[in-house]
Amino acid sequence: MNINDEHLKELEDEAVFVMREVAAQFEKKVILFSGGKDSIVLVHLAKKAFWPAKIPFSLLHIDTGHNFEETLKFRDDLAKELEIELLVRLVQDSIDRGKVLEETGINASRNKAQSVTLLDAIEELKIDVAIGGGRRDEEKARAKERFFSHRNEFGQWDPKNQRPELWNIFNGHKNIGEHFRVFPISNWTELDVWQYILSEKIKLPKLYYTHRRKIFSRNGVYLAWAPFMQLKPAEKVFEADVRCRTIGDITCTGVTLSKAKSLEEIVSEIAATRVTERDGRYDDKRSEAAMEDRKKEGYF
Amino acid sequence: MGINGESKYKSLLRFITAGSVDDGKSTLIGRLLYDSKSIFEDQMDHIVQSSKRLGRQEVDLSLLTDGLRAEREQGITIDVAYRYFATPERKFIIADTPGHIQYTRNMVTGASTANLAVILIDARKGVLEQTIRHTYIASLLDIRHVIFCINKMDMVNYDEAAFSNIKTDLLVLVRKLQIEDSHYIPISAKFGYNVVEPSENMRWYQGKTFLRLIETIEIKKDKNSREARFPVQTVIRPLSEEYHDYRGYAGRVAGGTFLQGDEITVMPSLLKSKIASIDVMGKTFSEATAGDSITITLEDPIDISRGNMIVKSGNLPLTSQDINLMACWFNERPLKVGRKYLIRNNSNETTCVIKSVNYRMNIDTLEKDIANLTINMNDIANISIRTSKPLFFDSYSKNNITGSLIFIEEGTNETVAAGMIMEE
Repeated sequence: MNINDEHLKELEDEAVFVMREVAAQFEKKVILFSGGKDSIVLVHLAKKAFWPAKIPFSLLHIDTGHNFEETLKFRDDLAKELEIELLVRLVQDSIDRGKVLEETGINASRNKAQSVTLLDAIEELKIDVAIGGGRRDEEKARAKERFFSHRNEFGQWDPKNQRPELWNIFNGHKNIGEHFRVFPISNWTELDVWQYILSEKIKLPKLYYTHRRKIFSRNGVYLAWAPFMQLKPAEKVFEADVRCRTIGDITCTGVTLSKAKSLEEIVSEIAATRVTERDGRYDDKRSEAAMEDRKKEGYF
Repeated sequence: MGINGESKYKSLLRFITAGSVDDGKSTLIGRLLYDSKSIFEDQMDHIVQSSKRLGRQEVDLSLLTDGLRAEREQGITIDVAYRYFATPERKFIIADTPGHIQYTRNMVTGASTANLAVILIDARKGVLEQTIRHTYIASLLDIRHVIFCINKMDMVNYDEAAFSNIKTDLLVLVRKLQIEDSHYIPISAKFGYNVVEPSENMRWYQGKTFLRLIETIEIKKDKNSREARFPVQTVIRPLSEEYHDYRGYAGRVAGGTFLQGDEITVMPSLLKSKIASIDVMGKTFSEATAGDSITITLEDPIDISRGNMIVKSGNLPLTSQDINLMACWFNERPLKVGRKYLIRNNSNETTCVIKSVNYRMNIDTLEKDIANLTINMNDIANISIRTSKPLFFDSYSKNNITGSLIFIEEGTNETVAAGMIMEE
């Protein structure tokens, strides 16, 4: 109610409503926390929904081990500040236990392997709802996602058999072993998220602002360089002023050349941009239905 | 002025698009996104590549909205897909709903949250059964504004008479269905005529272009404005040192306006109190209106839990165990009279038994069918139910939040139907 922009306020009201439905309809509830801006916005919305009580959710981070240092510190500090439980499950453990094979080769990424670790965590911790920061504007397959997305006992999504979702009535009924993914910011666009961060003055990791970093270019996308990444012969590492547009696993997170130091500057930049943020996500470039396939397997 | 010099009070309009398979819905949406410069370069590259691969002669803008693999293969839309774009005046959420007969449920779903419906008609074909069906669903879900886009004007030589004849037919339909506000635009989605820019080919059309119309239609008055209703979603009890005695009722205002100090009644207990505060994360507000997500505290410590509703005293909702409603059936298994279902109205859940099917709506002819009362998937019917405990509600035409409910099948947990409560 303290937001001036009418459309942002309506999106916030809707997301807060969804958060409260989750709190009322489920038992073991987590926010999937990646340290990225969308999950940080989710935490802020949860604060709003339950003030002055504590957030009734734990944070669950599926850690690929390929992180930006700062994200981890940000995550730990946030959980401490909110006095909520932080659960971390490692993709490395799933690999060591032989549950998933590590990808090899030049484009190797642990992004896909995360699904296995996530589903294992859901089973182990008896999680019946995982709140995610997915937005319908991100990608074609996500455009059809419900707010309350039902997953069968294998954690899979069936896009052809989704529950109809009418008015503001969300049906979270399920059988034992099944769970839900809930997406409170389904209707937000990238620009909405940034405008909201600006208007609510939400604290973000510094990676989102301009900083000097070693990067290289691959298939037209700038990627942050890290010591464990394999380079093709022609690829050269160089330093530049960049900021992250999304933050995920370091191996597939693209960076943007930018000198934006403040939220205002970032918002202007996003408003003027001509490519989607997923353009910088190497994982989506693999095939036309890449996201749909990963979602069916149980991806975020 | 706000961010980027845009208007600070940019509003949000949600609309659905409906039309038959080849009426050009996806093309219209693609055109809107393209002409309003909401398509990003990487998305455009993608469409250009896909168009080539599929052997299309021109860039096929409909590829932008056909999301899932099956749709791309068959070239049809099979589920509700949501799209977003913004102009300096407004932000838009489009629910692109399919036009096939077997997917009525998706249109009902999309329509349940829409402010406006866009119905496409092929200028060569005029008003078809589907047109009647789509317009009926828009009226059933009480969408106040309907825009009829007479598309493919390029295929009828931009003939004004072709447009006028269709408009005449539509006016009859609109009057019959009591649609409050209707608009008629001749367009060519393929070439973009009258979508964002007017067209030299149709100088006889003096009205607004499609985009201009959806930017300017007034929707504020449409909100559930009269009866003050607040369904309680959850109770907030921090039990912390600082807020030891805080007891707040969290929810989203479903209708009307609540002021600090208002006398309220709690449904169904009928206990009374006054609003002590309206809170949002540490800030207190003097009033809250329909759509606001807030937390209310009361002057008296009365027992309220999820499923209860706080209303203004002197304007109580209806209370009954026998309810008449229009239902849209979503499930492959037909409706069974005498069977029990869970129903959910706001945050309130209870059991009901279906007492009778009173008539089946033939949505192609708008006739009430009492001969065939088997209700299959995608059928719309008038039914009577009895609930295990009294329900408190308004009629759907008064309030689409407190007047709507869903049916959940025990065992499968599927949402099998949606219901709109009728006037007594």
